[in-house]
Amino acid sequence: MQQAATLPLGTPMGAKPQRAASPGSFGDTLFSAACHAAGGFVLLLLGGIIIELFIGGLPAFRAFGIPFIWSTEWDPVTEVFGAGVSIYGTIVTAVLAILLAVPVAFGVAFYLTELSPPWLRRPVGTAVELLAAVPSIIYGMWGFFLIAPIMGQYIQPAVIDTIGELPLIGELFQGPPFGTGIFTAALILAIMILPFIAATMRDVFQQVPPVYKESAYGLGCTTWEVMRSVVLPYTRISVVGGIMLGLGRALGETMAVTFVIGNANRISASLFGPGNTIASVVALEFGESEMGSLKLSALLALGFILFVLSFIVLAISRFLLRPRLKG
Amino acid sequence: MNRRTLLGHLGLAASGLTLTAPLLPRPGLAQQAQITGAGASFPNPVYQKWAEAARGAAGIALNYQSVGSGAGINQIRNRTVDFGASDAPLTEQQLTEANLLQFPSVMGSVVPIVNIPGVEADKLKLTGELLADIYLGKITKWNDARLVELNRELNLPNLAIAPAYRADGSGTTFVWVSYLATVSSEWKQKVGVGTSVRFPAGTGARGNEGVAGTVKNIRGAIGYVENAYATTNKLVTAQLRNKAGRFVAPTQAAFLAAASSANWNVPGMAANLIDQQGEAAWPIVSPTFILLPKNPTDATRSLNVMKFFDWAFRNGSQMAQELEYIPLPSTVHDMVRAAWKAEVKANGQPVWTM
Repeated sequence: MQQAATLPLGTPMGAKPQRAASPGSFGDTLFSAACHAAGGFVLLLLGGIIIELFIGGLPAFRAFGIPFIWSTEWDPVTEVFGAGVSIYGTIVTAVLAILLAVPVAFGVAFYLTELSPPWLRRPVGTAVELLAAVPSIIYGMWGFFLIAPIMGQYIQPAVIDTIGELPLIGELFQGPPFGTGIFTAALILAIMILPFIAATMRDVFQQVPPVYKESAYGLGCTTWEVMRSVVLPYTRISVVGGIMLGLGRALGETMAVTFVIGNANRISASLFGPGNTIASVVALEFGESEMGSLKLSALLALGFILFVLSFIVLAISRFLLRPRLKG
Repeated sequence: MNRRTLLGHLGLAASGLTLTAPLLPRPGLAQQAQITGAGASFPNPVYQKWAEAARGAAGIALNYQSVGSGAGINQIRNRTVDFGASDAPLTEQQLTEANLLQFPSVMGSVVPIVNIPGVEADKLKLTGELLADIYLGKITKWNDARLVELNRELNLPNLAIAPAYRADGSGTTFVWVSYLATVSSEWKQKVGVGTSVRFPAGTGARGNEGVAGTVKNIRGAIGYVENAYATTNKLVTAQLRNKAGRFVAPTQAAFLAAASSANWNVPGMAANLIDQQGEAAWPIVSPTFILLPKNPTDATRSLNVMKFFDWAFRNGSQMAQELEYIPLPSTVHDMVRAAWKAEVKANGQPVWTM
């Protein structure tokens, strides 16, 4: 606007203003350069972190080779390190959390888009979003002081005495009832990622064109039939993408997990047994690792592995979410 | 707050200053010297207490960050702080490499805590061998024959033992496993000693509060915390059998008895106080250490660090005891001062000349 106003009066209306000479074009160039720089900076930062982690972890990769990834040894005294237990713990807790969270998240999203009275949609939707904003340390303390004792005193003893006695499946539910452990960690993680998955599902459910649903209702379908045969097939890929987003968060969660997982470097068959995750090991061991030590290098190598894991999960989720988001 | 009351407060504060100023032995707030330290979390409460008291009394403001011994060692190696603090003593070789002087500052003790229904504080009797076997996962029930034999007067239940340990690397773990390794050769072989080790059994928690919380939560749990933490939180501690074969409860007298018989004349002043002789000695006592550069880049700051600890040695024993730490014997204080004079030099001249 200003540019036009400063043009000489004689300039014909249709003529192109002389951009190169006007002061605004310098601003445009600067702005575009700044934006390019900002975009490039993010890429540079990401690359820098990956390279830094890899270089830092290199001594550990050199010392232990590829078996570092599945070795279950972690002995700071003799300086033998392996990522096996942490990777196992990270994946098992994250997958279990997804198994626990997805049905509930689906229920929440289904309720919010199809069943709830319109006046209730906003409060419940806001509550779900607020859950996502609770800092993870709060979940950690809540899990440690409330959930772990309940698990240890009531739920785990009951399950150990009943399901734990069964053949085969019983293996998963044996051992002393510590309260903490892989299962408790997965439970807390499930509560933490629930709002993310629920919010994504609600958003994609709302994208289904009403005419599809109305047609189905017109044919005499029940709400569940509409959900199963129209909404879910239409949004299937986006739903999976949302779940992957939740998985990504579960993989990297640190504080809450550290509080309740039991922090033992063992793989136990029982889900009630203690374990650890990559993030919890790094958080706990970092303060006591000396610079240049193999331990610090092993921790950085763990960080690199976590980065790669999260990257793969996020890449898959982006890929799956892509077509619908564009549409 | 309006202007008048503000002025009133200022006036009060000023008059307070003039009143107390003549009582202060050293210059007050205006000439406060800043020093920084980082490292061990085990002695953090007493360092903070000393720092608070020394600010007014000695005119030295200490900023101590309890980041963990490992991080503290890193920082003093890079000389980003004036002194480092570590629970585990550095070896002579490590000290020479980094050109550091190591001296003890205060001692602490570690105590076992338990949660067994019907068992009160200091009633349960344990031995080092039993503790090691519990933490090795070899004794799994509280009514194990070996435990019952020692505790005939207690009615130990048929309950699974849940050992809890520090999951974060810590000086408390170092002291605890040093003891287990001293009394059990199997522990020494299978697990070893360090600020974090591979515990064969049990569950890990973060910090003293995490271990205490786990023990409180789980019936049948056993854990270890530094004594200060157990006392202030009224945790259920247990008796231990010492080297002399006596069962002792974790009390100040028992800690002091352990400290009195130690030999400090060793490289790095790293006296071993674990499982000491003495009828009344508590077996798990350990000094914590300060690391000071032998070639300080800033001699004044280095001198202020020494002044700070000199002040703490003279005036801080009571404060340390209030926080359930064990002050060093005065002979050790003199040894430390002699070491300062002999070893910390700037331009060839000793920094500490008192």
